[in-house]
Amino acid sequence: MTQKAPAIRIKNNALKDTRGDKIFFAINAFILGLLALIILYPIYFIVIASFSDPDAVLGGQVVLAPVNITFEGYEKVFQRGDIWQGYLNTIIYTVVTVILSLVVTIPAGWGLSRKTTPGKKFWMIYFIIPMFFGGGLIPFYNVMSSLKLINSPWAVILPAILSVWNLFMSKTFFESSIPEGMLEAARIDGAGKFRTFFSIVLPLSKAIIAVMALYYAVGQWNSYFNAMIFLQDENKYPLQLVLKEILIASESTVGGSGETILQQYRLANQLKYVSVIVSSLPVLCLYPFVQKYFAQGVMIGSLKG
Amino acid sequence: MQGVKQLPAARKRQKNRTPGYRLRTFRENSPYLLMILPAVLVVFLFNYLPIYGVLIAFQDFMPGDAILSDTTIWVGFENFTRFFNDVQFWPLMKNTFILCIVGFVIGFPLPIIVSLALNALKRKKTGKVFQTIYTAPHFISLVVLVGMLQLFFGRYGLVNNIAASLGAERVSYFLESSAFRPLYILSSNWQDFGWSAVIYIAALSNVDPVQHEAAMIDGASRFQRVLHVDIPAIMPMISVMLIMSIGGLMGVGYEKALLMQTDGNLAVSELIATYVYKRGLTGVPDQAYATAIGLFNSVINVVLLIIANTTSKRFSENSLW
Repeated sequence: MTQKAPAIRIKNNALKDTRGDKIFFAINAFILGLLALIILYPIYFIVIASFSDPDAVLGGQVVLAPVNITFEGYEKVFQRGDIWQGYLNTIIYTVVTVILSLVVTIPAGWGLSRKTTPGKKFWMIYFIIPMFFGGGLIPFYNVMSSLKLINSPWAVILPAILSVWNLFMSKTFFESSIPEGMLEAARIDGAGKFRTFFSIVLPLSKAIIAVMALYYAVGQWNSYFNAMIFLQDENKYPLQLVLKEILIASESTVGGSGETILQQYRLANQLKYVSVIVSSLPVLCLYPFVQKYFAQGVMIGSLKG
Repeated sequence: MQGVKQLPAARKRQKNRTPGYRLRTFRENSPYLLMILPAVLVVFLFNYLPIYGVLIAFQDFMPGDAILSDTTIWVGFENFTRFFNDVQFWPLMKNTFILCIVGFVIGFPLPIIVSLALNALKRKKTGKVFQTIYTAPHFISLVVLVGMLQLFFGRYGLVNNIAASLGAERVSYFLESSAFRPLYILSSNWQDFGWSAVIYIAALSNVDPVQHEAAMIDGASRFQRVLHVDIPAIMPMISVMLIMSIGGLMGVGYEKALLMQTDGNLAVSELIATYVYKRGLTGVPDQAYATAIGLFNSVINVVLLIIANTTSKRFSENSLW
């Protein structure tokens, strides 16, 4: 009987595709396809514009394929010291952030997931309050200032090493994914809480460690605001802050006659296209491979409640 | 949920034991405290110390002053009343509310619709490919996103090139205040609808196929099944997300607004949070005033959250607490 059931289901499905259903499926697929184009085209355009002749880009001839392929823009970006300095800084900040964040988040997630943790209720509330209420920007700045973190790379790293959302996500993971039996067995074998955590829990938690590392890494890679308010020396700027200066020049500040404006646009725009590509490349290249981990993270989070 | 159910029983058991037993259990479980200690410290430093720091909103505060000392000058709600009488008050409220509410009205249902549509695709593999494409822009940084916007909507960007070839005037969209909100909201949706849909897709994949089969036997079309099987199945998730996004309604996106601001669009792009940044950290900083404005904003958020949660609790079984 149980083996027959799937066959019946397929037959049913085939029978139930009425004409209305067929129209529905077609329209649905069409709209979703259109949406995919809306997502992909701007990214595709940036790519082809980055190695097209800047005059052709400015003249509107580059629409579907690159025109007069040139790597001039890439050469210029490779010569810019500030971009590479920014790159290096971002890599350092990101690596340090990820390491520290795992050290802080994973054990805390485990501790919070245990029912026997002393004062568990209190600690839960302690971590939930900051999710919905904060002191705001200025008091935060003043705290950093009194911790002597202004113009220090640690100002970019330390506030990023714990996200309460991520903490609760790892807690939820631990609650649902570590078999009680194994913990019980470890306890009977005389393993202490730390021993159990390091030898049993961690090896079973590769998925959540990967998800957390990715979340923190992307967060740090893409952030600019803390760096903008705390860092003064340009040689400490992360990539995003360097990019901000290249990409987001206010149009109102561009003066001069029509000719020079166009000339400025021509040079600046090519640099912009290339720097968008160069800066987003690591994340976008990595993305297809790690995408399932990101989605996994959301699903772990959604188990809550 | 399980933890909550078992807690009272566990507590009752503990009460019957001797103090020695309780000390022993505490000692046995104290390693857990050590494990959460680093997180407790980080939250204390970067979340709780700033909350203590909001006290300066009620003071005549100069940068460098101690928050509590003998010389502290308390001014009560003076900083707040100053804000309410600020010429910027109503424009800021209006800009923030309009941007957040329009953004919410478009941005909240879109991921739900997309997840339903993806789930209703005939071929599941196609859905996976679409989902991969839709989530990709989430990983583009704000700086790059706004940079892309400028490249596309700048005076000599793609959009103007196309418009010019059709004979229209070139427009610097970033200098037009009327273009700020559409650009802001559309780009936010472009970036995040796929990511926000993931959570609903996860919920939809948990729908029992038996429900769909039963509906099919009753003669329901695919579209009717979306309405009567899929939507009810993700309703609890929708409620929770609704409460959360209403709670964060007034707090979103000022980092992006700051990047998009130009002299031309400041009349609509100045939000409460960007104003806090400007008054508190740039020019001649007025920190107490900026903190008061920030506190006002957070209090609105908390009130909205409580209202949303209470309403949801009354009309359905879904709530955050």
